[in-house]
Amino acid sequence: MKLKISNIKALKAISCLILGSSFLSASAQIGQPFIHDPSTLAECDGNYYTYGTGGGGLVSTDGGWTWSSIKAPEGVNVRPGGGAAPDALKIGDRYLIVYGATGGGLGGTHRGEILTMWNKTLDPNSPDFKYSEPNVVAWSEDGDDCDAIDPGLLLDPTTGRLWMSYGTYFGFIRLVELDPETGKRVEGNEAINIGIDCEASDLIYRDGWYYLLGTHGTCCDGVNSTYNIVVGRSRQVTGPYVDNTGRTMIQGGGKMVIAAHDKVVGPGHFGRTIVTEGIEKMSCHFEADYNQSGYSVLGIRPLLWKNGWPVAGKVFQEGTYEIESERHGYALELAVDFKRHDTGVPRRWFNSTENVEIKPVKTQTLQDVIAEWPTGEISVRNGDYMVRPHQQWTITAVEGKGGFLGQPYYKITIEGTNRALVATDKCEVSTVAEFTGADEQLWQIDQMIDGTYRIMPKAIPGTDKKLCLISIADSKPTLGNFDFNNDNCKWNLNK
Amino acid sequence: MKRLFVSSALAMLCLAMLPSASSAQEKYFATAGSQVANTDDEGFIRRWTVLEPISKPNRSNTVFTDTYLREVFAKEYFKGQMTMVPKDGQKVKAQFEKVEMPKDYRRFDPNAKLKVETGTETLKWHKLDSKTFNLKLLRFGEHHINRSYGVIYWTFTAIVCDEEMKDVRLSVGSNSASMWWINGEEVLLMSGDRRMVVDDCMSDRITLKKGENIIRGAIINGPGMSDFCVRFIDENGQPITKGITIK
Repeated sequence: MKLKISNIKALKAISCLILGSSFLSASAQIGQPFIHDPSTLAECDGNYYTYGTGGGGLVSTDGGWTWSSIKAPEGVNVRPGGGAAPDALKIGDRYLIVYGATGGGLGGTHRGEILTMWNKTLDPNSPDFKYSEPNVVAWSEDGDDCDAIDPGLLLDPTTGRLWMSYGTYFGFIRLVELDPETGKRVEGNEAINIGIDCEASDLIYRDGWYYLLGTHGTCCDGVNSTYNIVVGRSRQVTGPYVDNTGRTMIQGGGKMVIAAHDKVVGPGHFGRTIVTEGIEKMSCHFEADYNQSGYSVLGIRPLLWKNGWPVAGKVFQEGTYEIESERHGYALELAVDFKRHDTGVPRRWFNSTENVEIKPVKTQTLQDVIAEWPTGEISVRNGDYMVRPHQQWTITAVEGKGGFLGQPYYKITIEGTNRALVATDKCEVSTVAEFTGADEQLWQIDQMIDGTYRIMPKAIPGTDKKLCLISIADSKPTLGNFDFNNDNCKWNLNK
Repeated sequence: MKRLFVSSALAMLCLAMLPSASSAQEKYFATAGSQVANTDDEGFIRRWTVLEPISKPNRSNTVFTDTYLREVFAKEYFKGQMTMVPKDGQKVKAQFEKVEMPKDYRRFDPNAKLKVETGTETLKWHKLDSKTFNLKLLRFGEHHINRSYGVIYWTFTAIVCDEEMKDVRLSVGSNSASMWWINGEEVLLMSGDRRMVVDDCMSDRITLKKGENIIRGAIINGPGMSDFCVRFIDENGQPITKGITIK
C-alpha cells in the first residue's frame, strides 16, 4: 500500500465527513462502510470487525450487512498504533492484530516496522478489551528492497505454524514466521522473498495448496485507481507461487481474482472468511464506489473456487429466477394445477418439406393462470421446469431487516404477486398470499464456492435451528441441515 | 424390400422376447406368505395387497393435475375403499369408465369428444410379495384381467412399528400420478406425468405410531408403464430398514 501519512490523515477526514450517510447500494454494504485497506473480517461475539489504515475500524452487528465505525468509550483506542493496513486473526481464544506503523515509501522513507498485539476481544466496550504491548516482527530500512507495511497472516491448518507476508511494490513481498503463542517473530527466522510488483498481500490455504494474494495496480486515486487482486499458488508456504500461466509471483505473475465491476473500482487488500464448509467470503476495499461519492468502501463478495483457483463471485442481483434444485434439476414451484398452454398454433409433426410460417408464440402469463390458484396458503414442490408463471420467483432485497455477510435479506415471491416463500413451524416450506416482512419470510442467499446457492430462512417459527432449503426428495423441498457435500442443499438461480 | 424383411424379422424377434403375462407374473410376483415380511435392505416395502385395475381411461398422463387427482381419488369406486382391510382373493364390485381409445395415442386429438361408458364390474384383491423393489402394476393388471392402460390401481399394506417413529417421511416413486394415505390421513399427492423414481417425492414429517399403521395408495395411469415403490425415510434422510414389519 503506497500511502503517505498525509493521505492517511485525509482518509480519516473523509471518514468523518461522510459519517451519517446510510443508503442501499447494490454493490456495497450499507451504513457507513467507508474504509481503506481493511483487515480480514474477524467475528467476535456474533459481530464482525475490520480495521483499516489510520486507526479505527468498522463493525457490523447485523451479521455483516450494515457497517459503522467502531465506537469506543472515552479514552479507549479501538486500534492503537495508527499506520497502514492491519490484519486480524483469531488464534485460540485471542485475537492477533498486526499492523504497519508507517505509510510506506511515498512518505519519503522506506523505513518501517510491522507490529503485533493481542486482545481477548474486539469489542472495545467489553471489560476484557485490552491490547498487549506490541511486538516488532518485521522492519525495513531505506536501503532495503522492501516496505515493511501491509501485513497478512496465515495460521497454517496443516502444521499450526503462523506465517506473515508483507511488502509493497517497492521491492519484494516477504514471508516471515511468527510464534502463534506469543505473536513474536520466530527466533532466527529469515525473511523469504515470495513476490514482487504487488502489495497488500495475504496468504490462504486450501486442499494442499498455499495461495498468495496480492494487489496490482494503482492505489489511492479514487475512481482512477486501477487496483485489482491477483493470486498465485504453491505446494509450499515458502513458494514459489506460480500463476495459471506458469509465471511465478517473483516474476510478477498473478491470476486475476477480482477487478472493477458494476460501479465499484479498485479492489485491494484481500481477506478470506470461511463461513462454513462450502461457503466462503472475500473482503476487500474498493478504492471508489460511484454510488457513494466515489469514496473507498468495504467490499464483501462470495469467494468461489474454479479449477483450484479462487475467484470473486458477484453480489447477488435481484431479479426473477428459476430456482433449480441441484439434486435432480427440478424447479421450485407452487403446488398448483399444471395448466395446458395453447399457443394458438396447430400441433404438427415436423416435416421440412412443408412450407409453414415460423414465428414466435407467446408464453403462458400470470393472468392466464392466477384466477385458478387458491387464494390462501399454497405449498411448494419441485417439478419439471416449463417456463410457467408458478415457477417464476422474484428475489428482492428487503431494507431495514439486516442481513448477513455482504448481503441483505431477501424476499422470494412469485413474479407479479406478493405471494411469498415462507418457512413453516413444521420446518417445511410453503407460500403465503402476502409478504409481511416476518423473519420466516426473509431469506439468506449465499453463493457457495462451486457457484450454486444456499437458501436459508432468517428464522423458523418455534425453533432456533438454522436450517436451509433442501430437496429431501426430487420433488420435495423442505428445511434441513446444511451439508455442502450434499446436492440436496444446493440450488441454481437461473435467469 | 430387404430392409422391410429385416425390420419385420426384428419386430418378430422383439415380440418373442416380450414376457407373456403369466411368465411376467412369475418373474415379478410371489404370493404373500402367512409370515410377516421385512422391508428389503434399502427399506422398500414389497408386500402389498393390490386390487385388479379399475378402468379409468386417459389418453395422456399430463392431465393429472392436483385438482383432477383429488376429484378422481375422492370418488368411491367400491365400498370400503378407504376403510376395508382387504384379504387375498376378496372381491369387490367397482365402478368403471370405458371409452374407445386410439391405437396411436400420439396422434389422438386431445379435443376429441369421447363417449364414456360406465358400469360396475367385479374385481379381486391379490396379496403379493414383489420380487423387485418396485411393484410392476402394469404386469399385474395384464396378468389378472388383461388390462394395462387407462386404469386406477388401489393398493393396501399394513406395517407394524416396534416403537413410535417421529419425523419420518413416506417416500414414493410412482408411474404415473398417485395419492397416499397413512392411517386414513392424506400424506402425499404426486401429480403430473410421473416416472417411477426412487425418492421422487416424500411426505411432510409424520409420526408412525407403535403397532399397526395402514398405508393406502391409489395410482392412476394413462398410457405407458405403471409401477411404484415405497419406503420410509428417517429424520436424517436415511431409509428405514429396521423396526418395521409388514403383515
